[in-house]
Amino acid sequence: MKKLLNTLFVTLPDTYLALDGENIVVKQEEEILARYPLHNLEAVCTFGYAGVSPALMGACAARNVNLTFMTRTGRFLARVIGEDRGNVVLRKEQYRISDDEVRSARVARNMITGKLYNNKWILERATRDYALRIDTERIKKVTESLGETMKLLRDVEQLDVLRGLEGSAAVQYNSVFDDLILQQKESFYFYGRSRRPPLDKVNALLSFAYTLLANDMKSALESVGLDAYVGFLHRDRPGRASLALDMMEELRGVYADRFVLSLINKKVINDKGFYVKENLAVIMDDETRKKVLKAWQDRKQDKIMHPYLNEKIPWGLVPYTQALLLARYIRGDLDEYPPFLWK
Amino acid sequence: MKDYNEGDYLLLSGIQHFNFCRRQWALIHIEQQWEDNVRTIEGDHLHRKADQPALREKRGDKLVVRALPVQSRELGITGICDVVEFIRDPAGVPLAGEEGLYLPFPVEYKRGKPKRNDSDHSQLVAQVICLEEMLVCDIHKAYLYYDEIKHRVEVIITAADRERVRVNIQEMRHYFERNHTPKAKAGPHCQSCSLNNICVPDILNKRSVSSYIESRLNE
Ligand code: SF4
Repeated sequence: MKKLLNTLFVTLPDTYLALDGENIVVKQEEEILARYPLHNLEAVCTFGYAGVSPALMGACAARNVNLTFMTRTGRFLARVIGEDRGNVVLRKEQYRISDDEVRSARVARNMITGKLYNNKWILERATRDYALRIDTERIKKVTESLGETMKLLRDVEQLDVLRGLEGSAAVQYNSVFDDLILQQKESFYFYGRSRRPPLDKVNALLSFAYTLLANDMKSALESVGLDAYVGFLHRDRPGRASLALDMMEELRGVYADRFVLSLINKKVINDKGFYVKENLAVIMDDETRKKVLKAWQDRKQDKIMHPYLNEKIPWGLVPYTQALLLARYIRGDLDEYPPFLWK
Repeated sequence: MKDYNEGDYLLLSGIQHFNFCRRQWALIHIEQQWEDNVRTIEGDHLHRKADQPALREKRGDKLVVRALPVQSRELGITGICDVVEFIRDPAGVPLAGEEGLYLPFPVEYKRGKPKRNDSDHSQLVAQVICLEEMLVCDIHKAYLYYDEIKHRVEVIITAADRERVRVNIQEMRHYFERNHTPKAKAGPHCQSCSLNNICVPDILNKRSVSSYIESRLNE
């Protein structure tokens, strides 16, 4: 399996990134702040207005280093992609599936199965680990209903039915998500998902974690030759990475939600690291964002057992592995798409 | 004779990949996937020395040309010879811009030491076929230069060698036209394969996905 390399997050504004031989140099004015060998990097992600030299962009593209630009608040802006190495044959098959409702549904239902399965186990684990703190009865009802829905999903061949089942499962899961926040409850709470803008700290953290995950997912899909913008469950819409969103379904809970919960429950962050804008949007300050990025990077190095491959891999390779498995399914090597079923 | 469209010419360098593993060849030449690892980076470095098209040395009866582009219309292949040595010989052929008659001998640079399998060999044979077609001559020997032992090995080119390369290229063409990547046949050679990360040959030996899902849902 491929090796997981580091991601360089550049959070300092007014910096400029350039290429020097085989190194990436971070400059402020003319002063060199840091230097990293390019071959140790998997991705470079800048927040704010860091400029990048064309030579460095070219070097990143050639070496498959994913170079992304985000706004200060972590909204995705742009990405540098090199000459397309995608496999036309694979992509054409992807498009054929995408154009076919039944075939799309067969892939999408496995992704949603993965999502429900993982969310169910997040809840089950919490009731087991914190039986004294959590209203287990309440949660049990939700896990049972998620289990029922999963069984129904197996035979669904219509996308609308699939979306309906997914939607009601999401409502159920969200209804108990706040129960999983066990620390700092006075400042971190979850009443429901708010996105544009996030209206509380938990939503601000979730949005940020989803953006990071989406970015990893997009580059994972591209690195296996798939088109991140043509999806099965999420339909085509210009500028929307539909396939990346599809693929994220199964990982949102287990990858991003659990990450956010651990930031709060382990007090990696606290309520002082946020401020509220005039429109009530909640925004992280730079210090908090740095802590979150550091924790995200550390989390990627943690190892887990991949349930289908039965191989220990770092968490950070899960998006790549799932993309690879999807590509194998599309090219006809596997009988179904194997979702990541975590427990 | 079939006339291939120049845009569909296969790369001569693919023959060694093809002989190493058909799937590796297809991943590189059909799917354009390439994973740099130590092996290929070193290979690039080694080639840089030979890859200096402006260099053309003349020493007595010997003319050394580097990075010579070649092709064969008959086989529909194209590539670059690292080095071709032209030796002045009355049995040779005339060369554009040179006086006298010359015999060409391709020299291919290789990393490491001579290998037991013939993947290096076949690439050289393909170069010979190209040069023979372009210069209208016969070539009976060529050389492989190995950087580890730091000298060249003479290779006699036989009719059987040529035939084998022709068959190889036909087979490559067949996959190429169907855009077909053969399935992985995992073997000891996978250990040293630079595309192991992309190919992940073991995935195909896993159990069926439906039984994986069923067993998880029913536990
Ligand atoms: S890993 Fe093995 S099967 Fe796959 S391309 Fe390499 S040599 Fe061929």
